[in-house]
Amino acid sequence: MDLPTLWFWIIGALFVGYFVLDGFDFGVGMSLPFLGRDDTDRRVLINTIGPIWDLNETWLIVAGASLFAAFPEWYATMFSGFYLALLLILLALILRGVSFEYRHQRPEASWKRRFDTMIVIGSVVPAFLWGVAFANVVRGVPLDADHDYIGTFVGLLNPYALLGGLTTLLLFFTHGLVFVALKTEGGIRDRARRLAMPAGLVAIIAAAVFLAWTTLAYGSPLSAVIAVAAAALLIGSAVANLRGKEGWAFGLMAATTALAVATLFASLFPDVMPASNNAAYSLTIENAASTPYTLGVMSWTALFALPVILLYQGWSYWVFRKRIGRSFIEGAGASTAGALH
Amino acid sequence: MNDWLDPLLLSRWQFGLTTIYHFLFVPLTIGMAFTVAVFQTWWVRTGQLAYRRLTHFFGTIFLINFAMGVVTGIVQEFQFGMNWSDYSRFVGDVFGAPLAFEGIVAFFLEATFIGLWIFGWDKLPRLVHLATIWLVSLGSIASAYFIIAANAFMQNPIAFRINEAKGRAELTSIGELLWNPIARAAFPHTIFACFMVSAGLIISVAAWHLARRQNLDTMRPALRFGLWMMVIAGIGTTVMGDQLSLAMVEAQPMKMAAAEALYNTATGADASFSLFTLGTPDGVHELFSIRIPYLLSFLSTHSLDGTVEGINDLQAQYVQLYGPGDYTPIIWITYWSFRWMILLGVLHILVAVAGLWLTRGGRAPRNAWVWRAAVWSFPLSLAAMIVGWVFTEMGRQPWLVFGLLKTADGVSPGVSGLEVLISLAAFTLIYGSLAVVEFRLIIKAVKKGPDASPPADEESSDVRRPATVY
Ligand code: HDD
Ligand code: HEM
Ligand code: HEM
Repeated sequence: MDLPTLWFWIIGALFVGYFVLDGFDFGVGMSLPFLGRDDTDRRVLINTIGPIWDLNETWLIVAGASLFAAFPEWYATMFSGFYLALLLILLALILRGVSFEYRHQRPEASWKRRFDTMIVIGSVVPAFLWGVAFANVVRGVPLDADHDYIGTFVGLLNPYALLGGLTTLLLFFTHGLVFVALKTEGGIRDRARRLAMPAGLVAIIAAAVFLAWTTLAYGSPLSAVIAVAAAALLIGSAVANLRGKEGWAFGLMAATTALAVATLFASLFPDVMPASNNAAYSLTIENAASTPYTLGVMSWTALFALPVILLYQGWSYWVFRKRIGRSFIEGAGASTAGALH
Repeated sequence: MNDWLDPLLLSRWQFGLTTIYHFLFVPLTIGMAFTVAVFQTWWVRTGQLAYRRLTHFFGTIFLINFAMGVVTGIVQEFQFGMNWSDYSRFVGDVFGAPLAFEGIVAFFLEATFIGLWIFGWDKLPRLVHLATIWLVSLGSIASAYFIIAANAFMQNPIAFRINEAKGRAELTSIGELLWNPIARAAFPHTIFACFMVSAGLIISVAAWHLARRQNLDTMRPALRFGLWMMVIAGIGTTVMGDQLSLAMVEAQPMKMAAAEALYNTATGADASFSLFTLGTPDGVHELFSIRIPYLLSFLSTHSLDGTVEGINDLQAQYVQLYGPGDYTPIIWITYWSFRWMILLGVLHILVAVAGLWLTRGGRAPRNAWVWRAAVWSFPLSLAAMIVGWVFTEMGRQPWLVFGLLKTADGVSPGVSGLEVLISLAAFTLIYGSLAVVEFRLIIKAVKKGPDASPPADEESSDVRRPATVY
């Protein structure tokens, strides 16, 4: 495999990391109105991801910056082309990020309510729009000879892309519910598990249609295999959830998300951003990549840094592995008004 | 096209506003992570409760601020592609690498260990927990290095060759890129300046409490700490600022000429530094000025009889070199931002030295004005920081990458003025409201003070705090 191709798959892996990890953060955010009956419940939910959402989101920054370094043309075309969509994602991520930090800073119910709403919006919007954006990349967009996007914002909202958005939305929602079931105890855990069934069912339908469409219209034999595996794992996750095997349900759900993203990348290959109007204008791995020197530098960095990163991130998950419940929040309740929080 | 729908102008406004906004929070993240780590280390080593309280108290402020640094940073990362796509295409091969390193090496570290620090008080052994805040500090400082190295390429492009066929700059040596002389001076200068800002915060907060004679057991040591930190960081900033001047004259003589509004090349005593100038609005003729002879020569060359090139000569040279055009930045901005940066910096050092004298041996000044002045430390040191960057970035104009790519050629061709107007309005709105919220929260946390609600277990310094939760 040459360096540009290697980096195509590394970029894919970084986005897999982002969607698998921040995906369940989005799901937890979306679940607030469904699972959080009172403030304590909602705090339980938020605290399941409290220590880790920031590092999960950092996968996006690393994926974005690596895209910039490895495929400047792709980064430039995609980010300027999807200007308004990315703007909405950014605004949503801003709202979500500050809300986690600010909602507990004051005791008033109205204050907390406001930030709860922002967490929900800040989770739904990116969960949906990321699907729309990546579906459009796979589908192809109109580009000019300089690789600049010449379509419109509304042009991004085609049926295929909307279905893609719906699929990521539902997948992440289910992913979040399964995560909550794994990380909490008591009533929330039960409710999360129960809600995960219908949610999972709808997600299976949407994902099946979307992945089938992807494979038929844009796919390759490789992407077809991956898509089938993704669908199978999703069903496996639903079954595990039904049986009360929360660890399995979560693991399979994570694998589903990973393979769904992999399907998209496999369908793209060897393009990175096909032009729908004229194949000659397409961005490919070949013409969008940086020089071998830069890619080599990046490869060495990734080779040494990634194992260490995975190690300490894994350790962080390990430290916070315990389930939490209402008693956890109530026990800490008195001190939250105190110094650090 | 309507003038006010010019994507270039709007993109410049947006980039300027959003980076300035990002940089309102970053100095505190860099400075406070370090300071909090020092307080916590002190507590772990000596067991003095006052330092644990200080850790929590300044830790709270640090975290309120941290969230904003993170969310505004993502915007910056995306904007290169969104608003400056031709720039991204041109420099991506060179500029992308330090940006990616920043994420891989620094942001992951910070984001992981900040979570462990916030939520790990009762889960990690004490020393391991202490290590987490040091790693956060390390990450924040490392991130500054990489982003400044990236920025230094725009100020002083090195370690590249131009690929005519692809129309882009290509990296030739990563080591050379990261070892850019501008970065080597700008990094310590900026880090010391960040420490000044965080010292400013500590001084302001401590002075506010001490003026009210409350929380003496924590705020007295905090004030002394802040004052010492201000003096040391202030000297560091000045020394490195001097080094940076030399590097800058080498790389961008026009910027130094613009900093002094020096139109004609001058040597020795004529290369004077003006403290204050009144001129015609276009800055070409001066009406009144207070000048220090030789100083500009010294700043630029470290010798008294050096020659400093003037704007007119440089403009003529650049026209020869790069073709017709205006190569002069907006003089009144560079002139005044450079002065205010230095003035405020010197002022801070003097005020801090005076403060150390006034509070020596446990003394507490009675004069309310002393305290009132001290409270200004934070906003003014932050202002010095911001004008410093405004100088750096505006002084680079009309270049985006000096000598290689003009700002006007970097803007995204496919993005319309209306789209940028929408985003600019959205960012202004959301950043504006968040600024109000953030400001209120910090003020509230500051006013509450460290002693307001000692957790029940605090009496025995052995017990760490219960789990911190959102
Ligand atoms: C508290 C803040 C602060 C203070 C007191 C100073 N500076 Fe500064 N300065 C900065 C904060 C700053 C900054 C915001 O951090 C900048 C912007 C870019 C950079 O690297 O640092 C900067 C830039 C900057 C530049 C421009 C570099 C370039 O464009 O390449 C020069 C020449 C100096 N400084 C010189 C000085 C000198 C001689 C000072 C003497 C006291 C000084 N600064 C005090
Ligand atoms: C955090 C401190 C910084 C501040 C306050 C700041 C401020 C500004 C301002 C005021 C402008 C507008 C200048 C103009 O258009 O006339 C600008 C432009 C820009 N800056 Fe910075 N900047 C900072 C750091 C950086 C860094 C670290 C980078 C790159 C790594 C960078 C890259 C850019 C780019 C790409 C533009 C847009 C093009 C331009 O207008 O020149 N800036 N910045
Ligand atoms: C215009 C250029 C800049 C870009 C693209 C940028 C990018 C970012 C990003 C993406 C984050 C969020 C990181 C996270 O989620 O963990 C961030 C935060 C931060 N940035 Fe910037 N930044 C810029 C300017 C600067 C400058 C000039 C400095 C330092 C001198 C700086 C230092 C930091 C620090 C210390 C944080 C703290 C939060 C954190 O790292 O998590 N940034 N920046």
